[in-house]
Amino acid sequence: MYSFEVERPTSVADAAAALGKDEAQALGGGQTLIPTLKQRLASPSVLVSLAGIADIKGVSVDGGTVTIGGGTTHGVVAAEAGAYPALAALAGNIGDPAVRNRGTIGGSLANNDPSACYPSAALASGATIVTNSREIAADDYFQGLFETALEEGEIVISVKFPIPEAASYQKFEQPASRFALVGVYVAKFADGVRVAVTGASEGGVYRWSEAEAALSGNFSADALDGLTVSGDDMISDLHGSGDYRAHLVKVMTKRAVAAAS
Amino acid sequence: MTEVTMVVNGKSVTKSVKGNTLMTEFLRDELRLTGTHVGCDTSQCGACVIHVNGEAVKGCTMFAAEASGAEVKTIESMENPDGSLGVIQQAFQDHHGLQCGFCTPGMVMSASALLKDNPKPSEAEIRDYLEGNICRCTGYHNIVKAIMAASGQDVSNIAAE
Repeated sequence: MYSFEVERPTSVADAAAALGKDEAQALGGGQTLIPTLKQRLASPSVLVSLAGIADIKGVSVDGGTVTIGGGTTHGVVAAEAGAYPALAALAGNIGDPAVRNRGTIGGSLANNDPSACYPSAALASGATIVTNSREIAADDYFQGLFETALEEGEIVISVKFPIPEAASYQKFEQPASRFALVGVYVAKFADGVRVAVTGASEGGVYRWSEAEAALSGNFSADALDGLTVSGDDMISDLHGSGDYRAHLVKVMTKRAVAAAS
Repeated sequence: MTEVTMVVNGKSVTKSVKGNTLMTEFLRDELRLTGTHVGCDTSQCGACVIHVNGEAVKGCTMFAAEASGAEVKTIESMENPDGSLGVIQQAFQDHHGLQCGFCTPGMVMSASALLKDNPKPSEAEIRDYLEGNICRCTGYHNIVKAIMAASGQDVSNIAAE
């Protein structure tokens, strides 16, 4: 690793001030950033650890919304977000137990890895990402591989998830990394169904609008029978071809619908 | 450099560390606690699992500066006060839960974290929990058996697969 200093602010204001410095970078749980630093793919001068900010941790439920602090670990979401079972189940199946004790939802969403689990939950649920300066709808937040609407120095304070009538996340795991080779999150609301796909597209997480239209009329796996998914814009690597991922998108969507029904 | 203070295996330590000092480096190089092993150094293998504030984490993927103020436990804390093997360690010995032994510190620390939350785990639960611990001797069967035995469960009927 290149050399850098680590700062540990205890308030959002102090963290924002620290992130204003040249070459400063926010550090969530570090489960992606630290391996990246080891590979010398990032060279911050200051890492601003968000782990000491109590205000951005924890899970709360208010009516039909679960709000999760940006600094909340996957392990805590798995244990405490029972009001939204599909989300808790997703969190409890990220990585392994030791990773889940460090990695945070804010870190995952800020990084927006195309194979990460959380972006699909936020997008399918129509979540709102709350930062220290504004609120961003999930539909506007995800902007491609590792790209989000976050500005330089902006911090994810919390994520507000509307609780659907029914939901399920189905992940076809890359067995070594436990990242999603393809993961599909289906959420059924009173006014329609949202389907988000991670792991598959070269453009990162996306909504599968044809499936949403089909499922909004008939929420059953059979409703997807007539749909086809093209492998043209899918990720193709040693773990699976684009066509294979395209095939999995439909299979995992059907499984998610079946599990949520 | 940053000054860090933490309680490691019950003893308070204060050291000046560089920002990029990993917990594994801090424990092994600064404190000479070499029981925590570094296998892959990429967060995959789990040989470096330690407990920070009671939770299992990978020591290779956490900076020492992040642990300032925390209570840290390593494999060196797992023995009994008289120096004899702790329950989990003894079970690993009794059930041949190690071959080369390199992964063992991480296995024992993960097992300890599991048993704290789930005192009588099933075989499937143990295997699931050990997702992040790799044994390149592939000696998983006896590791699982040892953890079941350490939790006080009868393992006489568990045959080698």
